[in-house]
Amino acid sequence: MTQQEVKPGEILLQVDDISLSFGAVRAISDVSFDIMKGEVRAIIGPNGAGKTSMLNCINGFYHPQQGTITYKGQTRSQMKPFEAAAQGIGRTFQNVALFRGMSTLDNIMTGRNLKMKSSLFSSMIWWGSAQKEEMQHRRYVEDIINFLEIEAIRKTPVGRLPYGLQKRVELGRALAAEPELLLLDEPMAGMNVEEKEDMCRFILDVNDEFGTTICLIEHDMGVVMDISDRVMVLDYGGKIGDGVPEEVRANQKVIDAYLGGGH
Amino acid sequence: MTSKDLELDTFPKLIRRNAQERPNVPAYREKEYGIWQTYSWKDVYDNSRALGLGMVDLGLQREDAVAIIGSNRPQLYWVFSASQAVGALPVPLYQDGVAEEIQYVLEHAEAKIVVVENQEQVDKVLSIMDQCPSIQYVIYKEERGMRHYDQPFVKSYAEVLELGHVYDQKHPDFYGAEEIKAKGSDIATLMYTSGTTGRPKGVMLSFDNMVQAGKLSVEFESLNEKDKVLSYLPMAWVGDHLFSYSQATQAGFSVNCPENAETVLTDLREIGPTYYFAPPAIFETMLTQMMIRIEDASAIKQKMFHYFIGVAKKCGVEILEGKPVSLVDRLLYKFGDLLVFGPLKNTLGFSQIRVAYTAGAPMGPEVFKFYRSLGLNLKQLYGQTESCAYVCIQNDKDVRPDTVGPPAPGCEIKIDEASGEVLFKSPGAFVGYYKNDEATSEARNSEGWVHTGDAGIMTDDGQLKIIDRAKDVGKLKNGTLFAPQYIENKLKFFPFISEAVCHGADKEAVAAFINIDLEAVGNWAERRGISYTSYQDLAGRDEVYAQIKECVEQVNRDLGIDSELAGAQISRFLILPKALDADDGELTRTRKVRRRIIAERYEPLITALFSDASVADIESDMTFEDGRKGMLKASVKVANSETYPAMRAAS
Repeated sequence: MTQQEVKPGEILLQVDDISLSFGAVRAISDVSFDIMKGEVRAIIGPNGAGKTSMLNCINGFYHPQQGTITYKGQTRSQMKPFEAAAQGIGRTFQNVALFRGMSTLDNIMTGRNLKMKSSLFSSMIWWGSAQKEEMQHRRYVEDIINFLEIEAIRKTPVGRLPYGLQKRVELGRALAAEPELLLLDEPMAGMNVEEKEDMCRFILDVNDEFGTTICLIEHDMGVVMDISDRVMVLDYGGKIGDGVPEEVRANQKVIDAYLGGGH
Repeated sequence: MTSKDLELDTFPKLIRRNAQERPNVPAYREKEYGIWQTYSWKDVYDNSRALGLGMVDLGLQREDAVAIIGSNRPQLYWVFSASQAVGALPVPLYQDGVAEEIQYVLEHAEAKIVVVENQEQVDKVLSIMDQCPSIQYVIYKEERGMRHYDQPFVKSYAEVLELGHVYDQKHPDFYGAEEIKAKGSDIATLMYTSGTTGRPKGVMLSFDNMVQAGKLSVEFESLNEKDKVLSYLPMAWVGDHLFSYSQATQAGFSVNCPENAETVLTDLREIGPTYYFAPPAIFETMLTQMMIRIEDASAIKQKMFHYFIGVAKKCGVEILEGKPVSLVDRLLYKFGDLLVFGPLKNTLGFSQIRVAYTAGAPMGPEVFKFYRSLGLNLKQLYGQTESCAYVCIQNDKDVRPDTVGPPAPGCEIKIDEASGEVLFKSPGAFVGYYKNDEATSEARNSEGWVHTGDAGIMTDDGQLKIIDRAKDVGKLKNGTLFAPQYIENKLKFFPFISEAVCHGADKEAVAAFINIDLEAVGNWAERRGISYTSYQDLAGRDEVYAQIKECVEQVNRDLGIDSELAGAQISRFLILPKALDADDGELTRTRKVRRRIIAERYEPLITALFSDASVADIESDMTFEDGRKGMLKASVKVANSETYPAMRAAS
């Protein structure tokens, strides 16, 4: 089967009955859900509920023992993360994973790696098409820098930046790969209120401006309820709720899971 | 004036001249995609032409108003020339104004077209469209986020330029005829003053005003097309209009727009302007940051820095002003320039500066002298919107920290005898307030002198010294001028003094309340092994009183220099047992002293200051740092300070 073009409002990614175990530990058990093109989809749940494992399954880092993942109409078997990236699945990580000694600009530039065509040799001598190509990529990266309002730190090594800005740079690097589906693992963890507000605005802007579908994990309920179109709730590896924010908020199982009751 | 000069009486004519005489010289630059994009004078002309015609195609007619809202962008500067060329009236607005302020100005000016920078401002304008029926089109420069706006009256800048190109092809002679129609006496721009009291007023400035102010100041500083200026202060402020538009078109130099507000310092370094303006706060912050970073430098670098800064302090200003300096000092200074001053100025982006200005607020003499001693030609400037920011400029050879210089060429200054207010007549003196003849006649008297609202004195050798707002200035019982803020500012320049309040209106003499700076005085006390338990305790120490007394007497010595202020020296002072606080209503939120409230609350202390008592008791409510309310009870010592006889101004 080959990939199909997906229109806004149609299912972009379908997860069917997947289960993932590490030895005797079941991280995810029989979870099914879907992500529609153009939406902001949130995955929430207490610590250890299997949220990050789920993202890892989606971008091919973990391979579930059971169940299927269908992306753009193509049901995949074992897939490597770089293949997922090449198909248009980008992500950021819970703990910032940037090249600390490199500048903001260079870090975002690495996100363009998949789009670069010139050979190692022509890149080394920086001649002809390699030169032209780099200029095009730089232009795209500059658009992202402008979009995320990080002009002032363009040349600053990211190791010297405050945490909130590092997160923003990481988002920039993920955007540089022009993903169709962007997985954000706790994009607002450890941020202050103002930084969170900025990040929310950027996530919504990315969704709106680039048409990128977003799947995010977040702990801050206020944020999740504000910006998501649909929310899925995981607890102990199982799905306990799924729907629009109002439904999830009213779901008794979800309330119990968060208040620690019922276990 | 030659006949050629006479022809160049409006900005469109000046820009046309620039496009003919120096078509490829850089006029405006902006940083986009991380690279400086340059527009030549020919580009400026072509774009102004297309934009002007595009707006005409949208229905703009002569005498219609065009509002401009946004940060400094070349495309927004061209709105001035484009509107002026087709006879419309450009009105720049402060971009950070809230919607109501913007609404008031748009309504008052009856703006027909509003040109804005980005989506944020489009939204702001759309939110008040209902109240401003005159607005017919909103033109935005930045495409980002504008995809969902399908209102027919919202147009992109590029779209309007395209309309202009088409219009130009259909009517090839139209623009050429329009752009030379305006005369020097026509209104060039309408600039709204921010107005600390009441509604903003629209200041009508004619081409003669702006062109002459630009021309005279360009000649005064001999600016030419090789100069570069960084344009980062609000476009709606008359100073920026003078530097980035009037002087730029006059001298043909380049105006450089930073990428955004946060990158200003980086962009400053990259551009290396030859001509620069910044309010005192920016210079002060730069100095503080410099000092902090020096503390982190290696021991050798620190030693070198402090040694050569010492050399600069001794002879730097004299060398800058071309005064005689011994050969040894000259050599040492050269050496210091090589090792310290040069690299330092380079880091700050000041390497190429020929002229730097500061204005708007008093600047500490130490800071002022520091920059000058590094060889930076920093000068003060005095003016307001009503004068096109052109009344006084300091002369290169005679720059003093406490005056704003002699009247600039073509300007006359007079001090009103009764009120002490500064009055001026100048080529830049405004035409009037828009739709407000009453305010115009209040501001300009029958003989044509314009009131500034500032109290000032002329020093004995003809330099203007601004001392306070005229309404705050009072008189002592014996008739001596008493300018509380002027004296307080002098006191506050000392690091030990964080706040001061002077009393003296209708009294025999001047007396002062002092607030010590806890950090500075606390540090000083620790280094001397003086132990203290609280702010109140520290403030009451005799050692601290002795330090403050020195500061007060230094201020008295300074006041003694000017014959008119010599009588207002501080004869007695006390250190308040608590810091004046906005939470207690003693300061405004912007940290200005509320004289009336302070006078009521500390009444017993004021009585003591003007008696012979050496101690006074005070009880007052106060708010602690954690928000608890409490009662302050203290005995406060009152100290006498030496006053000095007046002397002639040292020239």
